[in-house]
Amino acid sequence: MPDQVLEVFRYLPDSEAESRFDKYEVTYRDNWVVLDALNHIKEHLDPTLSFRWSCRMGVCGSCGMMVNGEPALTCETFVRDYDTETIKIEPLTHFPVVRDLVINMDDFMEKLPTVSPWLIRDQDDDPGEGEYRQTPAQVAHYKRFSMCINCMLCYSACPVYGLDATFIGPAALALAERYNLDSRDEGHADRADVVTAHEGIWECTYVGACTEVCPKDVDPAGAIQMLKLSYALDWAKGFVMPKGAES
Amino acid sequence: MTKELHRPLPRSWWLRKATYFQFMIRELTSLAVLAYTGLMIWALLSSSSDAADFPEFFDFLTGPLSVWLHMIVLALALFHTGTWIALTPKVLVLWRDDERVEPDVIAGANATLFLVISGAVWWLVMG
Amino acid sequence: MSSGRDRTAPLFWLLFAGGGTASAMLLPVMVAITGIAVPAGWIGEDDLAALLRNPITRIVLVGLVFLFLFHWAHRFRYALVDLGLGWLGKQAWLFYGLAIAGTIVAGLTALRL
Repeated sequence: MPDQVLEVFRYLPDSEAESRFDKYEVTYRDNWVVLDALNHIKEHLDPTLSFRWSCRMGVCGSCGMMVNGEPALTCETFVRDYDTETIKIEPLTHFPVVRDLVINMDDFMEKLPTVSPWLIRDQDDDPGEGEYRQTPAQVAHYKRFSMCINCMLCYSACPVYGLDATFIGPAALALAERYNLDSRDEGHADRADVVTAHEGIWECTYVGACTEVCPKDVDPAGAIQMLKLSYALDWAKGFVMPKGAES
Repeated sequence: MTKELHRPLPRSWWLRKATYFQFMIRELTSLAVLAYTGLMIWALLSSSSDAADFPEFFDFLTGPLSVWLHMIVLALALFHTGTWIALTPKVLVLWRDDERVEPDVIAGANATLFLVISGAVWWLVMG
Repeated sequence: MSSGRDRTAPLFWLLFAGGGTASAMLLPVMVAITGIAVPAGWIGEDDLAALLRNPITRIVLVGLVFLFLFHWAHRFRYALVDLGLGWLGKQAWLFYGLAIAGTIVAGLTALRL
């Protein structure tokens, strides 16, 4: 079985002021992902290493880290695919580091609810009237944007967020579009205050890196451009038909 | 609460990955647009009725400096056109029932439009 | 938290998008005309002058100057932010002001047939 050296970012603020890199040599099976290597390190080589993981199958969004400088889910990233002398593992960029590979995700968690990611109805319908029905076509309109697993790789890839942490960010905005496009939702106007703030869609300069790194093919960049057009046309309609447009 | 580590984004971030670099070049094509707009304004100025310097404008256009500048602007303009056409399917999402219209179809239609418009303008001007 | 709806952003974004589309479609052929056809001698001085003095051409050119300048202003302003020069990019009045100024110059000139 082959060997691979992993160069892992360490930050132990309780005992050391500076971060460092530790090198670990791991003998790996062909089917190992980077997460397997990290767990091997923790179990057999260095129990002090801290990192997040959970489902190990690419649906929970916990194990996001920088692998050779790219944001990736370590449970979906195969060790055999790397032929560099060392594989560099770092915590997700653009987030503060708590310890080792664990980042503080409070900013992201605080932003998500601000886009009102739930169905907004003008009037609550009587549950006795039955469920809201959708055709397959209506589901298709928003389905892609509903696949987000909140892994935050997109925030790590986004240079706008890296430069300005007040930017609401790709995942939150894609989630807003998911609800705007849902035929059961009537909250397009309600989301405007947050989505059309400067730190919402307008700060995005369409770098597109978010869509490139997304492990679930959500295409947040596409969602944001659709939001720009949609709310810009709303704004324009507000001039032509002030009474007809949404407030 | 122990101290969290902040890692600020370096100013050179856009030099570190091909996607980022192409993005920045795409944004800087706007300078080519600005430059050519300057030429358009000069064209209007030099061709207005009280202007005596149209020959000067035309001579500049035939000179090597102008040709070189035009080639740079043309390369940047074409890069702008290419990236713009590639992005149109992201903004213009069309549906046929529960199937999304293929992004390539939309991009292809825009590319065709570009060729048609270019041809039409060339034919109109060159006669 | 949220700073509230940005009321001017949609306008500048629409102008940017309009200018981006216009320049994407028209800039290459225009550059080919002034940068290849003219030096190659495929269009003469008198013909080019006549074309530029045509009122329709002049109106179209003013419209394009307007769109191209607002496209540049918006895109370049944000590029400066991305380049770490946000202090300059934030001076929206500077960039959109230049765009308006250029349009006015073009507009006034166009009237002088």
